[in-house]
Amino acid sequence: MTKLTYITHDGTRFDVEAENGSTVMENAIRNAVPGIEAECGGACACATCHVYVDPEWTDIVGEPEAMEEDMLDFAYDVRPNSRLSCQIKVRDELDGLVVRVPERQG
Amino acid sequence: MGETIKTDVLIVGAGPVGLFAVFELGLLDLRCHLIDILDRPGGQCTELYPEKPIYDIPAWPMITAQGLVDKLLEQIAPFKPTFTFNRMVSSLEKLEDGSFRVVTDEGEILEAKVVVIAAGGGSFQPKRPPIPGIEAYEGRSVFYSVRRMEDFRDHDLVIVGGGDSALDWTLNLQPLAKSMTLVHRRPEFRAAPDSVNKMYAMQEMNQLEFLVGQVTGLKGQGGQLEAAIVKGAEGEVEVPCTRMLPFFGLTMKLGPIAEWGLDLHENLIRVDTERFETSMPGVFAIGDINWYPGKLKLILSGFHEAALMAQAAKRIASPGERVVFQYTTSSTSLQKKLGVAG
Repeated sequence: MTKLTYITHDGTRFDVEAENGSTVMENAIRNAVPGIEAECGGACACATCHVYVDPEWTDIVGEPEAMEEDMLDFAYDVRPNSRLSCQIKVRDELDGLVVRVPERQG
Repeated sequence: MGETIKTDVLIVGAGPVGLFAVFELGLLDLRCHLIDILDRPGGQCTELYPEKPIYDIPAWPMITAQGLVDKLLEQIAPFKPTFTFNRMVSSLEKLEDGSFRVVTDEGEILEAKVVVIAAGGGSFQPKRPPIPGIEAYEGRSVFYSVRRMEDFRDHDLVIVGGGDSALDWTLNLQPLAKSMTLVHRRPEFRAAPDSVNKMYAMQEMNQLEFLVGQVTGLKGQGGQLEAAIVKGAEGEVEVPCTRMLPFFGLTMKLGPIAEWGLDLHENLIRVDTERFETSMPGVFAIGDINWYPGKLKLILSGFHEAALMAQAAKRIASPGERVVFQYTTSSTSLQKKLGVAG
């Protein structure tokens, strides 16, 4: 199991155990992390699972692909460390990953 | 104002579940008319993810979303459904004879014995960009679509976005506008490369300005825009403008259906699981828009709901008529309706 931490806009921390191969979005939904809506269910089609990757983790998580960049155009307050959490797959190297939930989704 | 459209069943929403409802209702001799806010059938499947593979449609190990819509259209073709596109339902009224009158956002009137809401996540509406206070300008100097190009003549125009709508309107409105500024958060575009090249060529000739950044604020008063604040890599700049067109894609909202007096459960329409009827007799809800204990938002669940709904709808639309349950494999009368009788 890989440990993930979500920090919501009001500062609440959610520490969860995630299975490798699942997405950061799926684990947020399973653990009822507020502020991640995932309207489209993970199809990279809506930009409502937007998160900020903690600066210490951006290199390990990596850059979004072109299609994800396109969807990020629709997100609220996009920053250089913005990602759609449905496109981040949990893997061993992400153990301890911290992501922040934006003030609002789209 | 055109003539009133009269039909047996009015289906609100032309996504996969609304389309399949035409089949189930058609087998029971009910004529269907569908209304959708989009400009073609398919709903989310066509609008959001046409090329995405779907793996849980029975007997289709894999089918793309658009592929599924195409197959459904082929399947319902024998029943000759009719469509009204680019319209949203606005009001619902029960008439004295028990039928329903629905009025669209453009004032067209549709009358039906039964209304089926198959509106999925709700109607697609332009997404409001995350700019504080933008509401005050909407409809006065901020618009989400171009109804008449003339409305933008001689204005200092800012267009925001990087898709085809943004680029197409940048190119088309540039000759009319007093000045044209395109704002997009990055130098890459989703729009067709040809439009992007044309835009860069116009920028070269100083016919328009292209800024990389996000609009973070608006200035103006009484709904009249005076400037947009654009935050880019080098900080904020103020772009004077009198009209703005943001193109941030579409979002789904329940819309006016929420005001129809139906029992709701967290913005979904509550139905029973025998008929999939709402709290208003004669009005049904199927697919992602309904809720009942155990509800799963799956296309296949919507198909099942359509089949049971059709039986109940038939009893309302043809009172007193005996409904005989038949299989398409063996019933010659069903095969005749499908145009496949030997």
